[in-house]
Amino acid sequence: MSALLTVTRLTVHEAARKRILTATLIGAAAFLVLYAIGFHFMAQRVAQEAGPSVMRQRLLLNFLALAGLYATHFLTLMTAVLLPVDTLSGEISSGVVQTLASKPIHRSTVVLGKWLAFSLVAVGYLLVVAGGVLVISRLIGGMTPPGLTVGLPLMALEAVVFVTLSISGGARLSTVTNGVLVFGLYGIAFIGGWVEQIGTMAGNVPAQNVGTIASLLMPTEALWQRAAWHMQPSIMRDLQMTPFSPASLPSPAMVWWAFGYTGLALVAGIQSFRRRAL
Amino acid sequence: MTELAIETHHLRRRFGEKVAVADLSLAVRRGEVFGFLGPNGAGKTTSLKMLLALITPTAGSGTLLGRPLGDRAKRARVGFLPEHFRFQDWLTGRELLRFHGRLYGLSGAPLERRAEALLERVDLVDAADRAIRGYSKGMTQRIGLAQALLNEPDIVFLDEPTSGLDPLGRLLVRDLIRELRGRGTCVFLNSHLLGEVEATCDRVAFMKLGRVVHELDLAAEPSGLEVELRLEGGSDAVLAAHGTVLARADGMARLRVDGEAGLPALAAALVHEGARLYAMTPRRRSLEATFLEVMGEDQRPG
Repeated sequence: MSALLTVTRLTVHEAARKRILTATLIGAAAFLVLYAIGFHFMAQRVAQEAGPSVMRQRLLLNFLALAGLYATHFLTLMTAVLLPVDTLSGEISSGVVQTLASKPIHRSTVVLGKWLAFSLVAVGYLLVVAGGVLVISRLIGGMTPPGLTVGLPLMALEAVVFVTLSISGGARLSTVTNGVLVFGLYGIAFIGGWVEQIGTMAGNVPAQNVGTIASLLMPTEALWQRAAWHMQPSIMRDLQMTPFSPASLPSPAMVWWAFGYTGLALVAGIQSFRRRAL
Repeated sequence: MTELAIETHHLRRRFGEKVAVADLSLAVRRGEVFGFLGPNGAGKTTSLKMLLALITPTAGSGTLLGRPLGDRAKRARVGFLPEHFRFQDWLTGRELLRFHGRLYGLSGAPLERRAEALLERVDLVDAADRAIRGYSKGMTQRIGLAQALLNEPDIVFLDEPTSGLDPLGRLLVRDLIRELRGRGTCVFLNSHLLGEVEATCDRVAFMKLGRVVHELDLAAEPSGLEVELRLEGGSDAVLAAHGTVLARADGMARLRVDGEAGLPALAAALVHEGARLYAMTPRRRSLEATFLEVMGEDQRPG
């Protein structure tokens, strides 16, 4: 246990020093500034146009907040994939990992320690950026989206899925191959999600099934859709007036599948790292 | 407790089509300094990694400190300096030792004391709080060496420990190996620097094309000693009485004697006879000569 925390602590330091983290933090800061400015002008307009209808005002502001959280989701997934993408593959090819693996610790400790560290960093990043979006919505729009206690944990789980794939892939694949693979899976989930929505609206069952299969291959998009669904008022969901109100909401079972998926990916990563010639 | 630190039977490792190690059968005693020699690409590093369970053998078996290879608990008694030691270079030397010490299960004051003592031993006290990024190659190697000794191991694996070191650094490594031997620590030294090995090792094994082809006991009394004389006069009879004459020419003689102990008597007898003795040079067969002979003509630089 103490070896695990030792590896975790070192890895958190390592992650904090990475240029990629600095870059994504700068990106997030730039985004938040733009978001605040945009939100300010939109909120003014919303107040003018919506007139006395408080409900309509609220829905438009909630839509803006969701758009900010969507950008947060995207920035977080980039960070979650890119930050740990070379942690195993890079240390294997440089030989750094040899001094770790020859210590009286399980090889799984190396993987789990890194996984824990990068999961913490990715979730921390999510909370900082999402916190920024929510503070801006509150201060400028005077509103906070509902369902954050469910929505944010789902987004955190999504970040952990990306971290897990990125680390586990690195146990076997080179850095670049690994990165391409994880983003490829993200692409499948993203397109699959849209095919499912369009299929549902068109009443096309095979298209809906394509979406479900894509979510089984990569459950992250389903997690985001469920998170977004929770973070809007029910009237907004029912009207399906924004891209964040899906015609076909992924089943809650997909959340359980995301947990299982993470576990399986982690076990696969540990197994292939244990068998790997270092 | 078994007397052997390392015992392996027919370890073999294939990478796809390529056989890196064909047959590694070794017996290394506790407390001895064992040199593992061979040209580049002979399979030395792969062998060492199999002993450390960084690589799983394709076939064969072995024990390390009396336990099957890969036994996790026993690794607490093992130190390892990889070839071209590298680590997170933003750590300072002291932080690096703390980190590795914790992985060995050390903590608190004992860890601090041990790290401090080792920093002093490898002469890095001044640089201890600087990032390793700024270290020279030799300093990096020395902090790596300290890292390998944190747990006061029973056996230390050193893979080319002097590569990149200047003469002073090499001397430091040599002294450290002697200290370790004095403490009863077994040292497994991978090297292609014959002088290094000759100066420190008790026994050596030669590896060629993935096999151990020869073992040599350097610590044992050499059986007979060749001695070269430069002299004027001196009868064949006196020479023959003290050893086997191998060659005799004008002003020169080469003979094999039983050992160093007989040399003063030979000199005294020659002088007594009235011969003028200018030089008397014992020649031990150099490791290099053995190496070249063992590796044969077919070896090209790797």
